[in-house]
Amino acid sequence: MLVIDCPYCGPRDQSEFSNGGEAHVKRPDGSQDISDREWGEYVFIRSNPKGLFYERWVHSHGCRKWFNCVRDTSTDEILEIYKLDDPQPPLKKFENKIKTPSGEPDVGSGNFTVKK
Amino acid sequence: MKKNYSIFSIARNALSGHKNWPKMWRSPEPREFYDAIIIGGGGHGLGTAYYLAKEHGLKNIALIEKGWLGGGNTGRNTTIIRSNYLWDDSAHLYEHSLKLWENLSQELNYNVMFSQRGVMNLAHNEHDIKEIKRRVSANNLNGIDSEWLSKEEIQKMVPIMNTDNLRYPVLGASFQPRGGVARHDAIAWGFAMRADEMGVDIIQNCEAKQIRTKNGKIEGVETSKGFIRANKIGVVASGHTGVLAETAGIRLPLQSKPLQALVSEPIKPIINTVVMSSAVHAYVSQSDKGELVIGAGTDSYNSFTQRGGFNIIEETIRAMVELYPVFGKMKMLRQWGGIVDICPDASPIISKCDVEGLFFNCGWGTGGFKATPGSANVFAHTIAKNEPHQINAAFNLDRFASGKLVDEHGAAAVAH
Repeated sequence: MLVIDCPYCGPRDQSEFSNGGEAHVKRPDGSQDISDREWGEYVFIRSNPKGLFYERWVHSHGCRKWFNCVRDTSTDEILEIYKLDDPQPPLKKFENKIKTPSGEPDVGSGNFTVKK
Repeated sequence: MKKNYSIFSIARNALSGHKNWPKMWRSPEPREFYDAIIIGGGGHGLGTAYYLAKEHGLKNIALIEKGWLGGGNTGRNTTIIRSNYLWDDSAHLYEHSLKLWENLSQELNYNVMFSQRGVMNLAHNEHDIKEIKRRVSANNLNGIDSEWLSKEEIQKMVPIMNTDNLRYPVLGASFQPRGGVARHDAIAWGFAMRADEMGVDIIQNCEAKQIRTKNGKIEGVETSKGFIRANKIGVVASGHTGVLAETAGIRLPLQSKPLQALVSEPIKPIINTVVMSSAVHAYVSQSDKGELVIGAGTDSYNSFTQRGGFNIIEETIRAMVELYPVFGKMKMLRQWGGIVDICPDASPIISKCDVEGLFFNCGWGTGGFKATPGSANVFAHTIAKNEPHQINAAFNLDRFASGKLVDEHGAAAVAH
């Protein structure tokens, strides 16, 4: 279970929070003019990277406020937490621990089926 | 060379101390070019290679796998097999698979230990009853064996179940007698052995790094053992399918999350069927070794760590102990997670895409094991013919533009 540092309340157990999926998803402008396919992409498709990922959380059983974070999905390490009106931190600020798109980090993956 | 197992081969090998069994498959180095490459050495991938060679006569096939065969979700699931899905499209797909399971041990001459001990889905409230009865009727219309069990009938079959003295009492259940469990490794090994016999190159410890395309056509795949050219590529990499698709510039509607399971210490036979409950989230069967095999849920967040959060285990165990108080003092032996790729409509994608020669079989989410032979069979057809089999026609990528989804959230065991 993760410990998440709520920017308003401080560090709490993950069970107090709900995950809100990818952050910074923009609703397309002029939705009446775009194709079904573009609309479908907005409705159904979210990034799903292995490694650095922008995501949203809400402190459901606490202050009930939303915030964003950068988490490494290959290790679950939370790298930065920022408020909704803070600027989006650039990914190059963080170290990507996997060398190939579906590779494994040296520590923290829990995956032992791949020879290092 | 055809390797057949029989009582005579066991006796013969017993005389030499079981030291001379032939290797089940070769471990060749990759060639420069293949007609078709399958990425992913789980049951679905190995089955695809098997059916491509067997039913479609493709000769020059490779299967590449990052780790070892069946080391991903094929070796991490709770091995439950059933076909009691609500919609016609899903019912046909899973029933196709169940029918293949019923003859697979004979076909492969390899015991996949398919045990048709029945699968029960519990109802805990009025809505569950209506929903499950509707599903039973839908199954019957599709020719799938499915029946409604009263509380008394459940008590007779599973006397250890606490049906009344709990927060969400057991009010009834659906039952599919032809459902059951199978041996997870055996399906991978059986397919691998027979595919290898037909000339499929199975290459382990070979990671796909990038799918290369040129002018909207497939070129090949960059791997940890070098670049391999191919006419066709089928990606069957479960949780990592989206990551690989991205290397070819394709975004898939998949989210990857850990799904957990755990087993108890082995005990004498105590439960002779599979009991699932979506409402309180606990499902259990007993393995031939005597361990209780318990399925837990997915984490709420995307992750590729094959582990999962402990709070998920706590929730499942809480429900288990309430439903089966007799399990309260048992010890759990092992717990693990596998990375599942979840689709917005809880149904799979078995489809071609914009890139010519590139095919995906993914999105099985929390329930892919039951579909292994059926999925492999229709995916092989899709790759060989460049068009879907009528069974998987509905499971295309276009449905996320047209909106013609196959919503199976009700029949999926794990809430997505």
